[in-house]
Amino acid sequence: MATKKTARKTAAKKATKKTTRKSPSRKKTTGRTVSAKRDKETTGKIEKLCTTVVKSSLAQKDPFLDIPIRSVSNMKFNHRERILEMGDNTQRRTLFNVGQARKFMQSILLSKGCRELIQADKTLSLRGMYYMSLHTIEGTNEKTFNDQSESDGILEDLEVTLDGLREELHVFAKKRGTMVGNITIRDNGDEIDCRRMGTGGYAIPSICEPSVIQFEKCEADFVLHVEKDTVWSRFNEDRFWEQHNCILTEGSGQPPRGVRRLLARLNQELGLPVYCLLDCDPWGHYIYSVIKQGSINLAFESKRMAVPEAKFIGIRAGDYDDCELSPDVRIALNERDIARAKQIADYPWFLDRKPWQIEIRKMLANGFKMEVESLITKDISYVSEVYVPERLQAADFLD
Amino acid sequence: MSIATAPTGGPGTGRKNMAKAAAKKKTKSRSRASAEEMAARQREISVSEFFAKNRHLLGFDNPRKALLTTIKEAVDNALDACEEGGVLPEIEVKLLQLEETRFKVTVRDNGPGIVRKQIDNIFGKLLYGSKFHRMKMSRGQQGIGISAAGMYGLMTTGKPVKIISKTKRKPAHEVTLKIDTSKNRPEVVTDRESPDADKYFPEGHGTMVTIEMEGRYQKGKQSVDEYLEQTAIANPHAWFVYINPANETIEFPRGMDELPEEAKEIKPHPKGIELGTLIQMIERTESTKLGGFLQNDFCRVGQQKASELCKTAAKTAPNSNLKGPQTYVSKMGHSEAEALYKAIQDTRITAPPTDCLVPIGSRAMLAGLLKEVKAEFFSAATRPPAVYRGNPFQIEVAIAYGGQLSSDESARVLRFANRVPLLYQQSACSSFKAVMETSWKNYGLAQPRNALPTGPLVVLIHMASVWVPFTSESKEAIADYDEIRKEMRLALQECGRKLGIYLRRRSRMKKEAERRSIFERYIGEIATACEAVTGSDAKKIYDALQKQAAKKTAEADNKLDEDGQVVRKTSRLDDDEQVIIVEDAIPAIDDDEATDDLFGDARSRLRRDPGKKSSRKKTAKKASKKKTRKTSRKTR
Ligand SMILES: Nc1ncnc2c1ncn2[C@@H]1O[C@H](COP(=O)(O)OP(=O)(O)OP(=O)(O)O)[C@@H](O)[C@H]1O
Ligand SMILES: [Mg+2]
Repeated sequence: MATKKTARKTAAKKATKKTTRKSPSRKKTTGRTVSAKRDKETTGKIEKLCTTVVKSSLAQKDPFLDIPIRSVSNMKFNHRERILEMGDNTQRRTLFNVGQARKFMQSILLSKGCRELIQADKTLSLRGMYYMSLHTIEGTNEKTFNDQSESDGILEDLEVTLDGLREELHVFAKKRGTMVGNITIRDNGDEIDCRRMGTGGYAIPSICEPSVIQFEKCEADFVLHVEKDTVWSRFNEDRFWEQHNCILTEGSGQPPRGVRRLLARLNQELGLPVYCLLDCDPWGHYIYSVIKQGSINLAFESKRMAVPEAKFIGIRAGDYDDCELSPDVRIALNERDIARAKQIADYPWFLDRKPWQIEIRKMLANGFKMEVESLITKDISYVSEVYVPERLQAADFLD
Repeated sequence: MSIATAPTGGPGTGRKNMAKAAAKKKTKSRSRASAEEMAARQREISVSEFFAKNRHLLGFDNPRKALLTTIKEAVDNALDACEEGGVLPEIEVKLLQLEETRFKVTVRDNGPGIVRKQIDNIFGKLLYGSKFHRMKMSRGQQGIGISAAGMYGLMTTGKPVKIISKTKRKPAHEVTLKIDTSKNRPEVVTDRESPDADKYFPEGHGTMVTIEMEGRYQKGKQSVDEYLEQTAIANPHAWFVYINPANETIEFPRGMDELPEEAKEIKPHPKGIELGTLIQMIERTESTKLGGFLQNDFCRVGQQKASELCKTAAKTAPNSNLKGPQTYVSKMGHSEAEALYKAIQDTRITAPPTDCLVPIGSRAMLAGLLKEVKAEFFSAATRPPAVYRGNPFQIEVAIAYGGQLSSDESARVLRFANRVPLLYQQSACSSFKAVMETSWKNYGLAQPRNALPTGPLVVLIHMASVWVPFTSESKEAIADYDEIRKEMRLALQECGRKLGIYLRRRSRMKKEAERRSIFERYIGEIATACEAVTGSDAKKIYDALQKQAAKKTAEADNKLDEDGQVVRKTSRLDDDEQVIIVEDAIPAIDDDEATDDLFGDARSRLRRDPGKKSSRKKTAKKASKKKTRKTSRKTR
């Protein structure tokens, strides 16, 4: 259906075709999310958890679960590896505590649900998982879950408790994020040529584990990650990835786990540097921080998701003067922005980075923020044809 | 008897005000009449005439209240007579409706009866009685009550009062009489011996009074029904039968079978009288010498104290006839009396004896409340006797909480003076003020500013005294003396503290029970999920967890005593003789969500259930430590 445009593309296509035929694990229905071995480990963990509960029940002891704490208080920054890590603090959740009884029951219900999923070798979305364990408790008019957010929270607890990823529990989040570029991948057995994705691009799945996604052929030199869909479309239309031989990704704001895992794998497995083009505001800085050292909520996954080498291209506070932007692009910082900026400046991984301290101070001094789109006021393709190429050329970015 | 010669006075002041009011009337005329013309009109006014015109002073303001007051006066007299005669009161009240606004009121008692000679004056003359001239705790004190009721009946219907009375030795006699209001004198209409009427008095003695009158019958607040209910509470030793205008018989059985101890009569205390009363006492005394008068007519005055008083008085009035204890009483004029009065005020005199007071008693108050109020918690407190203006008095308080009482209304205050319910003028009453100024918030109740607490609460306050200071002759509200209010407050606080302890305990138990229900709700889910994962038997897991849940919330469990009766032996309230907790009246937790209406329904069904009834009886027994004849109200 797609017309061949260049010889290089045809070649690439041939190559991928070959690999497709070679692929031994191709299944018509669903692919294995994770390996059978890891599945076995995960069910083992769930069984162990339940057995402990049964044992203490029968021994007339108060059944409990020790759940690692997912909060700033139990998070530390690993200076050597420059990623966020989770501490050892756990919180005991007991059945015979009025405030915890319901959550305890929910944890057990979801463990059971995950085990069933794994055994059936199926995956479910977070929402699906919520419905799977939803029912009215016998003899009452109380539901096991009031809404999805309740079960989402318990699932995150389970991930950390079982020390297994959501994917290993066969649960995935709604997908978000897009990719195009000089790479061919295999997704659940299907070969995807990311050079031929039209205007929409390849939707990055929420599970990007090697068991689902394999990299087949990659010619790209680097990854350009932009904050949102609108900017990404600009670059795609201008065929930036073709001209600069790169992969172009987007994560709809704070990138979901799938996007982050993919970025980390492109960086770690293919050695591609990752450059980020984000807004000049505390939110943009925070997204960069999440990509680079992991998020506070999911600190336990940082090792697999963080890209400590990721670089920040812009927008930068100085660009207003440097690019001679029109005053119209300025968006005043509100009080929450200011507080947030100061908080970010105090993160340990920003604290020892002088250029970042200067950058944030400059933004505060400006008193305004700027979106990537503000560059459009210069020229429609200024960002893709001038701004980013110049920065890349000059290796002018924040780290 | 007229005002001019009436033996007014006594520690009470009511009569005096009345005399003043009457005097005012005399001089009020504004027409330009000559002294001679006026003299022609000037004449004595009889008390009965005065009260006929000012019937509101006696509680006959309107037809509804008149009906209540009539029954009240007759029942109060009946109770007084029974107690004085040493018989357990058995009183029948019959309210026969002849027309929309005409009633025939009959009250029958099993008291000692009234000798024929006295009947005329008792029922046909205002200010005639046995209780006014003495200092003794009784319901009646003024000698107006029953004759005023008869007078009201006569005035509104023209019918005489009918009295049938039987004393031990003589056959019953029946008298019908009218009161001659202009002369305040009885006028006998018929008078005959009536052996047929003996059947009314199976015990061989008693009195039956019938008054026909205009009135209005309405149930609810300040009704005859309410009066009888409250009388039954304050007099658990009495047995009442009430036949209402619908010809239904309502029985108020006894809560206990003992008569209250007999109240001792005392002489007035010097500090308790006013100058006017003193002068009257001097005029009426049988002693000839001042010293003797002081010693014989007052309490707490011995020879020494008498001469001390006389000397002090003589000093203040050196030119008077006062010559020490040997002064002739006949020589005592106004200035001498005034000097003596002053001397009394300046001299220290021992407080009056208090054995003249017979409180209802905590046990009896609890028994009374228990049989008439369907609450779950009862507590009572009796203060030691105290003195106001030379009059000994004693305050008692009992409270009832929870159960079937309505929880979103203000607390009900039941006020009593010498065991008589006070139904009118609540806000003028010292006891009402005392309830308002007690801070019930400390005991776990809601209380808006300057108001009664809200919640399922009934507060009973009783004042026992040889002379209750009413704000008016209609005996509706207790006057506000600091000493009285303080005693009331202390008693209220004592009961309140116990209620507070109970409520805290109850809420703790409720929380425990809630905790358990939370655990129990999830245990089933956990057991089945664990079975699915581990293969262990869900039933076993469930039972094990259930056992733990019960252990963890053990406080929510009721313990059973040897009768299989639910008791709680967990706090100091359980050993408190002045507290009763009715377990089956405590609202069940499951009922919490039900509306009040449904809840009330369920409760009353429970009450009719014979099995449940017995538990209340048992507790009642515990309260009175005596056999109770019947403990539930019965409608025949
Ligand atoms: N049912 C009765 N049996 C025996 N004696 C009675 C009965 N009713 C009244 N009496 C006698 O008649 C007297 C007059 O009664 P009455 O009600 O008029 O005045 P009181 O009770 O002395 O005072 P109060 O005006 O406060 O009621 C009483 O003092 C009592 O001695
Ligand atoms: Mg009387």
